[in-house]
Formats: sequence, C-alpha cells, structure tokens
Amino acid sequence: MNKKSFGSQLLAAPHIVWSIIFIVVPLFIMLYFAFTNADGGFTLENVKQIGLYKKAFGISILYAVIATLITLLIAYPMAYFMTKVNISSQRMLMMIVMIPMWMNFLIRTYSWITILANTGIINTFLKSIGLGPVKLINTPGAVILGMVYDFLPYMILPIYSVMSKIDKSLLEASEDLGSNAFNKFRRVILPLSRPGIISGITMVFVPSVSTFYISQKLGGNKTMLVGDVIEYFFNAGPDYYNVASAISMVLMIMILVCMVIMNRFSDDDSEGVII
Amino acid sequence: MNKENIVQLKNISVAFDEQVILDNLSLDIKDKEFITFLGPSGCGKTTTLRLIAGFLEPDEGDVLFEGKKINGVPAYKRQVNTIFQRYALFPHLNVYENVAFGLRIKKLPENEIKQKVEEMLKLVNLSGLERRHIDTLSGGQQQRVAIARAIANHPKVLLLDEPLAALDLKLRKDMQKELKKIQQQLGITFVFVTHDQEEALTMSDRVVVMDGGKIQQVGTPQDIYNEPQNAFVADFIGESNIVDGKMLKDFYVEFSGAKFDCLDKGFDKNELVDVVVRPEDVDIVPVDKGMLTGVVTSVSFLGVHYEIIVDIGGFKWMIQTTDEHFVDDKVGLYIEPDAIHIMKKSEYSGLYGDYSSYSEEIDHLSDIIEEE
Amino acid sequence: MKALSRLYIALILLFLYAPVAVMIVFSFNSSSSVWVFEGFSFDWYKGLISDTTMLTALEHTLSIAVSSALISTVLGTAAAVGILAIRKKLASSAVMSITNIPMMNADIVTGVSLMLLFIFVGNLFGLHESLGKATVLIAHITFNLPYVILSVMPKLRQTDANLVDAAMDLGCTPFKAFFKVILPSISTGIITGAIMAFTLSLDDFVISYFTCGKYQTLPIVIYNMTKKSVTPDTYALSTIIFIAVFVLLILYNMLQTKSEKQAAMRKVGAK
Repeated sequence: MNKKSFGSQLLAAPHIVWSIIFIVVPLFIMLYFAFTNADGGFTLENVKQIGLYKKAFGISILYAVIATLITLLIAYPMAYFMTKVNISSQRMLMMIVMIPMWMNFLIRTYSWITILANTGIINTFLKSIGLGPVKLINTPGAVILGMVYDFLPYMILPIYSVMSKIDKSLLEASEDLGSNAFNKFRRVILPLSRPGIISGITMVFVPSVSTFYISQKLGGNKTMLVGDVIEYFFNAGPDYYNVASAISMVLMIMILVCMVIMNRFSDDDSEGVII
Repeated sequence: MNKENIVQLKNISVAFDEQVILDNLSLDIKDKEFITFLGPSGCGKTTTLRLIAGFLEPDEGDVLFEGKKINGVPAYKRQVNTIFQRYALFPHLNVYENVAFGLRIKKLPENEIKQKVEEMLKLVNLSGLERRHIDTLSGGQQQRVAIARAIANHPKVLLLDEPLAALDLKLRKDMQKELKKIQQQLGITFVFVTHDQEEALTMSDRVVVMDGGKIQQVGTPQDIYNEPQNAFVADFIGESNIVDGKMLKDFYVEFSGAKFDCLDKGFDKNELVDVVVRPEDVDIVPVDKGMLTGVVTSVSFLGVHYEIIVDIGGFKWMIQTTDEHFVDDKVGLYIEPDAIHIMKKSEYSGLYGDYSSYSEEIDHLSDIIEEE
Repeated sequence: MKALSRLYIALILLFLYAPVAVMIVFSFNSSSSVWVFEGFSFDWYKGLISDTTMLTALEHTLSIAVSSALISTVLGTAAAVGILAIRKKLASSAVMSITNIPMMNADIVTGVSLMLLFIFVGNLFGLHESLGKATVLIAHITFNLPYVILSVMPKLRQTDANLVDAAMDLGCTPFKAFFKVILPSISTGIITGAIMAFTLSLDDFVISYFTCGKYQTLPIVIYNMTKKSVTPDTYALSTIIFIAVFVLLILYNMLQTKSEKQAAMRKVGAK
C-alpha cells in the first residue's frame, strides 16, 4: 500500500520542482535585488527610498478600496437578482457576465476613452442636447470607473455561485420561523453569502491595487499608482531594478497582509456556515 | 466436508500506522463453499478480503492459493475477482463494456467476448440492457452488472465486499437468494463480507465471526447460533441473555440464584462460566411453577410476538413470548436443559447480555451508525 | 420587484457591454477615427491580413498558448494525481499553497519576479539578452499550472477510489488502469483545465510584458499600439480575438453542461 501511493506521489515531483524554481526562487531573487545595489553589495537604500513613494502607495490603496466597495455594491444585487431568474437563464446570464472578462483588458480599458473623452460619445450626446462638455477623462473618477469595470465580473461570479448554492429550504425555514423579507436577507442570505463576498473582495482588490495600465490611460499621466512606479523603473533600465524590486516586495507584503486579514474573516464565517 | 482448501491464510498480521487491524489470523477456505466474514465495522473483515484480492500485503504471515504462496502477486495476476461495496462500475462505459472489461484485457476475440457477455447478462437477468449507460440503472441493476462483470472472468474465488448494503430491505432479500443460486450454478467459492448477521446466517455454508482483528468463531450457521463460543458471538448473533454462572459439575449449573440441569460438560468443578439463554427459549409460567421469578418492567409488541423485559434480582432478561403480559406483573421463568448454553469466560464476559439499558431506539441507532 | 430586478440586470449588462459595443462598431469604421463613425467598411480587417507585425504576433501568441496549455495540462494532471496521493496533510497543503501563489499574487509581482530570475540566471551565463520565447513560455506554464490542477483535482476526488482496484481486479496493471479508468473519468476536468490555460495564455498581458523581451505577443502589440494613437485596426484585431475567446467559452460551457447532465442522470439512476 505504501509502495503504491509512493509511486503516485512521484507524479507530483515535476510540478514541485517546477514550482520551486519558477515560483519560490523568483520571489527570493526579488528579495535579493531589493536588498542589494546595482553592483550586488548589500544595502538598505532601496527600502529607505520607498518612503518617497508613500503617495503612490496611498493613492493605490485608496482607489482600490473605493473601487472594491463600489464593485461590491453593484455586484451584490446583481448576483442576488441572477439567482431569481430560471435556471437556464441563469446559466446564460453567467456566460454573458463572463464574456467581457475574457476580452483583452487593454482594449476593454481603452474603449472607455472613446466613451469618456472630451469629444467622446457621452460629451457628444450632451452637446447635442445643448449641455456643455463635462470633464470625464483624466480624472480620479475615470480611473476608479476603469477598475470597477475591468474587475466587476470577478465580484459578481463568486457571490453568485455561493448564493445559488444556498439551499432553498433554508429560506423557507426562515420564513416558517417568522422572518420577513428583510430578516430573511439579513439573517440567512447575507451570512451564507459571505464566503463569496470575501473571495470577490480579494479578487477585485488585488488586481486594482497593483494595476498599471488603467491609470495611465484613463487618469492621464497625473496619477501614479504603485504599478505605474514599478513599471516605470523596470523600463528605466537595470540600474533601477533594485528600487523596483523593493517596491514590488512591499506591494506583495501589503497584499499578503490584506489576504491574511480577509482569510481571518472567512474562517470566522465558515464556522457560521457549519452551525 | 473434506474438500480441498483453495485459499489459506496463515498467521496473518496487518497494521496501519501502528494500529493493529489483523492479529495473527489463520483460516482455511474450502473449494466451492460459501463462506461469510461477519463482524462489526472495523473488525478486519474487509481487510481480510483485500488481502485475498491482492490490494493489500500482510505485514506478517502468508496467503496461499491452491497450496501456493501468493504474497507479492499483484491483484491483476490473481484468479480471484471482487464485487465492491458500491460496485465500482466504470461510469464512462455502458453495461456491455463494463462486463467485457476483463475479457478485453485478456484480449479475447470479439465473437467470444460477445458470446460470454451475453451469457453473463442472461445469468443475472439483464439481457437487453447491453447499451444502457451505468448512470441510468437502478441500484439493483448496477449490483447485477457488478456480479456479471466479476464472474465473466471465470474466477475460482469470488470476493464480495458488503455487496447488498446499499439496497433496500426487499431487494436485499431477493438478491440474497439470487446470489446463493448463482454460487451453486457456477460451483465456485464465494467469500462474502457483511455486518448483517441475518444475511450471514441465511446465505452461508460457514460463517467466520470476527472482532478486533481476530476470528472469534468459525462454523456453520447452526453452530454459530446454537453453540456460541463466547459472549461476543452470542450477543452479535441474535438476542441473548448472558449471565454469570458456576458449573457445579457436568450437566449441572448454577446461575441467578438457582440450579439447573443442562447439556454441557467438560468444565472444571465450580468453574465460573458465562451462561447463554436465548429469549425465545424461555417459557413464562405462574410464579409458583417458575425456576426463577421476576417482575416485568417493559413490554413491546412486535407483531409475531411480544418482547418483554423481566427483572430477576437486578439483572434484566429479555424474553420473547406470544402471551400478553403487563408491566409490574410477577412472573415465573421455566428453562429447559437444552435451552441453556455454557461458555468459558473470555475478555468479552460481562460486556454483553444484560438488557437493563435496552431500548428499541438505541438498538436501531447503533445499526445506523454501523452502516455508516 | 421582478421588473425592477430585470431592469437592474439589464443596466449592469449595458455597463459591461458598452465598451465591447464601441470596440466592435468602430472596428468597421471607414475612417481612421475611433471617435466619429463615418461609414461601414471591412478595410481594417483586410488591412490586418497584410500587417506583418500583427501576423507574427498572432503566430507567437498561438504558439505560446498551445504549447503552454499542453505542457501545463500534462504537468498539472500528473501533479493533481500526485498531490492527492500525498498522505501527509502538512506536505500536501504546503505543495498546494505554493501552487496557488501565482493565482493569488498580483500579476505584476509574478511577472517582475520571473523577469528578475531570468535576468539573474542570464547574467550568470553572460547572456546579453536573456528574455525571449523560452521565458514567456515558462512564465505562461507557471501561471497556468494552478488552474489546471484546480480543475482536475475535484474530478479526481469524485472518482471512486475502488475503480482502480476494480480495474486491477479484472486484470489491468496499475499503469493500464490509469489510462483505461482514471483518465476517462477525469477527462472533462482535464479538458476544462486545458481550455482555461489556453484562454489565460491568449489573454495575458502583464506577465508577458515583463518576460517577453523582444518576443512580442498580441497583447504586447496592442499595448504598443494604444501607447500611440489608436486606429480601428486595433479594434478589428480585438474583435477577432474576442470572437475566438467567445467560441472557446461556449465550448467550455457545453462541456460543463454535459458533465452536469451526467451527474443529474446518475442521481436519477440511483433512485
């Protein structure tokens, strides 16, 4: 028996070796770059420099938090309403929500310029009914809109999939025990859909906080997010790899901390689900 | 029964992660017999079956097939086939292909396969369902496909691992008869595993009662029921009142404060023993005619008979009777000598046979837990 | 209430599809503007056929997507079998945590760390240019692996462990049993994983951006185009990719439906 399962275990070996070389080692090399200078000597200079990019970090987190919240507010009712239509339409709807997610995200983002620009679709429409042009593009609002748009499906799908699995008899039971619509939602649906909310939040927050394209296209070049800073330094040449590594490292740690906090929430919750 | 032994297990021990599953177990299985391993879950019966099938190797001891040691021979080279607990039918193949699976591995010519598959499906009454998908069959039909698939290979020994556990009661009864018929028709050895004592008694030529990785008793169903060797067997097979007794001399025993004639001998003088009396072997008589007297503490009506619990000096006896009695009635008990069975003291003494905590509900619950 | 919820769904879908519609409409524009629609034409699609940069990039993208999907499917399927066979819970959960890193981490960090590895190793060997086709391929296999493993594993878990025993009982060697019994039962999981890997690879921009060097895939070409002023040919190209992905998704969805139907039938059969 042991011999047999050992043979099967060996099948995981290529993958494990691969993962160590191309997942674990690169992270350590990033760490190495973060703590050395261009000549390979140890230094804390890069880490100290991170203070210069406080603003980029701050704006990134602020925008990502706002975008995540808006996404949640939009997605939650959407997911809930999706569970209310009949089964075959649900499948269709899910597909329809997923399809834009698979469209190239550069184009998805870029198309918004056509819609939001000063001579774009919205302003052309406003002009035709006699209203002045509104400044939409190159504003923080446009960046956040880009994030919400690009990552909305990541919020809808996990919430929907958790909600659609809620046993209908639980809802009937709560009605039977005297819940009105509001209580049914607050005491049964909301707690049971929390795992979906948690994973949706992570799936939207992580790409939002680390994006570097959306801000360049929709925010003009005025707003520098962390992703933009990292990209900028890597494009600037090998001399700047060390600083860029230090910033990437901090970004990763930040994301990690957020995930741990999030996981704590979902752990609490899983107990609730069992009970 | 002087048949050749087809499978022999010699001093087998198996442990998983330090936990002993089989403890120095030896057993001879005769050719063409229907033998059943019976015991509670975790007793080691399925492990024994897997040893014979070749899915598991013993830590110590030998497995012999037709007199030859087959330790280390992989399952696919052994002349035994298995019917698995949940059938393990291949979901991606239809009925025909499932039955043909082993024949195709053997690379038999197509016409021979066709002929054999049809023959097997006829044997299990599934002719006409060849093209059906496994998912569309009922539990009973799946069971039949599993049987056909296993016997298509013409094994010398068929191993059956609780094959009827997933069927409902009525279907289970039918399949019991059918399996027995198939075994007689094919004339091969069936090694059957179950935790259902009634199933074991109805189907088997011999029953092996197991507990704690050890064989407790081997014998015909009649032997096992009438002459249990220890309190475990007596309790596991049917209902038993098991009381402490003292063997005063051959054919004479004392228990519950009275002395009885019996049919057992060969014990030391005044040896302490376990005494078994089956609930259906006790007659209820007026108090003045009773060998023992007691008070009825509970009565339940079961259709064919009443099951009443009688308190005799603090020990609760179960008695099955067709006469109606009422709680708090004083009754006398009369026990024939041939209703008394004497057993040597064992590690199981004192664990079983008292009905003081008895309730139908608890009995029923423990059945459910066992099946899980 | 019902009408309200329908309206809400419609509004969200409008929001999701507005940019898609803009893209498709302007890909047929007869002028080179992406602001004003002046007339219908196929010119931009025709232009694509003679655009060598685009065609090369398309070839690169497809080659990377096909090979990374194939390699990660084989590696990932084997890994799923292997990881489930690991009996020490600590060891298997450690392997799974490492496996999931590229899925959980920000793409930019994955891309940057891989780029640094390639440059670091390249420097050790004194290579002038260490990024290229090989490094993009490695990067794509790396981020595809968790998705393949996660789609194969549940199928493996659902597979009755007795099936292998049953196959060996009927005469199969363990090797044969895997191919005759396990592989067919997990095939939908494997195909799902392969399709996911293919689409992810097709669509990836961020990780490719840091690891491709001069080897340009389509998203990289699109990125370079959007850096300058965009003409409808970018939209035309994206429309084509969009339709390709759309077809793949339908395929994926049909597979899902099929396996669900089977499961449903199984339930009925059991009764």
